[in-house]
Amino acid sequence: MKKTIALAQINTRLGDVQANLEKHLMYVERALVAGASLLVFPELSLTGYALQDIAHAVSHRPTPEDEIFAPLLAASRELDLVVGFVDEDQRHRFYIAGAYLSGGKVLHVHHKVYLPTYGLFDEGRFFAWGDSIEAFDTPLGCAGLAICEDFWHASPPYLLWLDGADILIFTSASPGRGLTDEPKLESARWVEHINQAYASLFTSFTVHANRVGYEDGLNFWGGSTVFDPNGNLLVRGPYHEEALVIAEIDLNQLHRTRARLPILRDERTGLVQRELERILNKNGGGR
Amino acid sequence: MSAKLKINTDLAKTILTGFIHSEITRAGFSRAVIGLSGGIDSALSCVLAAEALAPENVLAVRMPYKTSSIDSLEDAQRVISKTGVQSLTVPVTEMVDPLFERFPEANAMRRGNIMARARMIVLYDQSEAFGGLVVGTGNKTEILLGYSTLYGDSACAINPIGDLYKTQVRQLSTALGVPDEVISKAPSADLWAGQTDEDELGFTYEDVDKLLYLIVDERYSPAECVDAGFPQEFVQKVITRIRRNQFKRILPPIAKLSNRTIGYDFLYLRDWGT
Repeated sequence: MKKTIALAQINTRLGDVQANLEKHLMYVERALVAGASLLVFPELSLTGYALQDIAHAVSHRPTPEDEIFAPLLAASRELDLVVGFVDEDQRHRFYIAGAYLSGGKVLHVHHKVYLPTYGLFDEGRFFAWGDSIEAFDTPLGCAGLAICEDFWHASPPYLLWLDGADILIFTSASPGRGLTDEPKLESARWVEHINQAYASLFTSFTVHANRVGYEDGLNFWGGSTVFDPNGNLLVRGPYHEEALVIAEIDLNQLHRTRARLPILRDERTGLVQRELERILNKNGGGR
Repeated sequence: MSAKLKINTDLAKTILTGFIHSEITRAGFSRAVIGLSGGIDSALSCVLAAEALAPENVLAVRMPYKTSSIDSLEDAQRVISKTGVQSLTVPVTEMVDPLFERFPEANAMRRGNIMARARMIVLYDQSEAFGGLVVGTGNKTEILLGYSTLYGDSACAINPIGDLYKTQVRQLSTALGVPDEVISKAPSADLWAGQTDEDELGFTYEDVDKLLYLIVDERYSPAECVDAGFPQEFVQKVITRIRRNQFKRILPPIAKLSNRTIGYDFLYLRDWGT
């Protein structure tokens, strides 16, 4: 079964949710014209990335009553959407979040579980840490959502895979860094490398939507990708330019790849659990 | 040039022209003002700004003092002719001479700083007159070494080349067609005849860039730099310079009194809302 996936490799306005919503709806129209079943927006696509003290002023709840989510939920009756936003829970903790919207409903909300707070990053200062990694069913099959630093760690994609995800959906607002004599930035090279590795190791579709544009001196490099379960690159968006990136995926590829390479079948989860328990006990428990 | 310092110039150009365009337009402007000294740094900033905004939206200002080298003026003109940017020549002699006469004992440091700050006044006046933001021309080497005048040549609205070492500035300038005369001459603040940066600093850019790369980008300890072949004295001198000039790289600290203080816990990017 073939499906068209679209990645909205957009620039955003920092802290202007209304303006960003309008751009989302514009890309929905374009993705519908392209025949897409799913349109993935980058991390914090409704707010911009380096929010700092703006974070607490731009949160929204993914409900039909919310003025920003109402039109997005309406649009999700025509195609599935993944959007990035700041979620404020009942107890007023703020999360970097991604929501999967389909058929007018919220199928899943993921709170970023790894907040980079080092180097140029300061997310842990402004946001609460998410506490779960769960796959969820969609009209395209079982999927999993991870946000940027979440997939710089191997465990969230691994857990999503074990939980049933055949489509790993990654979103980023990845600041470009590491200019060398190579034609792409080190950050771009690294992210593409691991996306290809996840597709290969987990024999799964790996979809990555990264934003473009600038926030003060930070540049965001785009280069959104889709890899198939063989680890082959299906599409890569341009670097540093806004684009609607389209890929056709053949869900039957999962069948063919896993018939050849039954890594999932043979994965020894009991062994992992036993060894993990042993390691954690030895180290006095984990985080 | 060290292999690690080599950059992909196409990628650098894409990112830096995009940066100039983005940061100037979202601040509500479409034009730029640049002080063009005849040296390589301002030539590169000028070429990048002309590429990002179109030449007619860039004003290059030449601001000679009466003792400035005529070569500097001519080299700046080469950049103006090559890029097709708008230009203006505003000598600072009449601005600074009265102060020099008031303080005849002022040494070269004071005189250099006064000239640099007079040029800043001219640029920021032209910023208002031309309706453009001042684009900076300081490179990573000089920012780290503090080889600039605070509120003088370091004053700007945005700085596209501040993360490029001097040797990388040369590489990008060559790729972007900065005139050869500008690239090949010895870097100089041109405050007195025969002055060169490298004489004044006591080392070459080629050498110090390799060392700065290890210290800053690769996080080498001083001992590791010495192990890598740099003389101990050189390493110590550079590290001391970096530390002592930190004040030039940050906004003046505000004494904290309230619960929310600008700079500490009132945190917004400049691009807030845009």
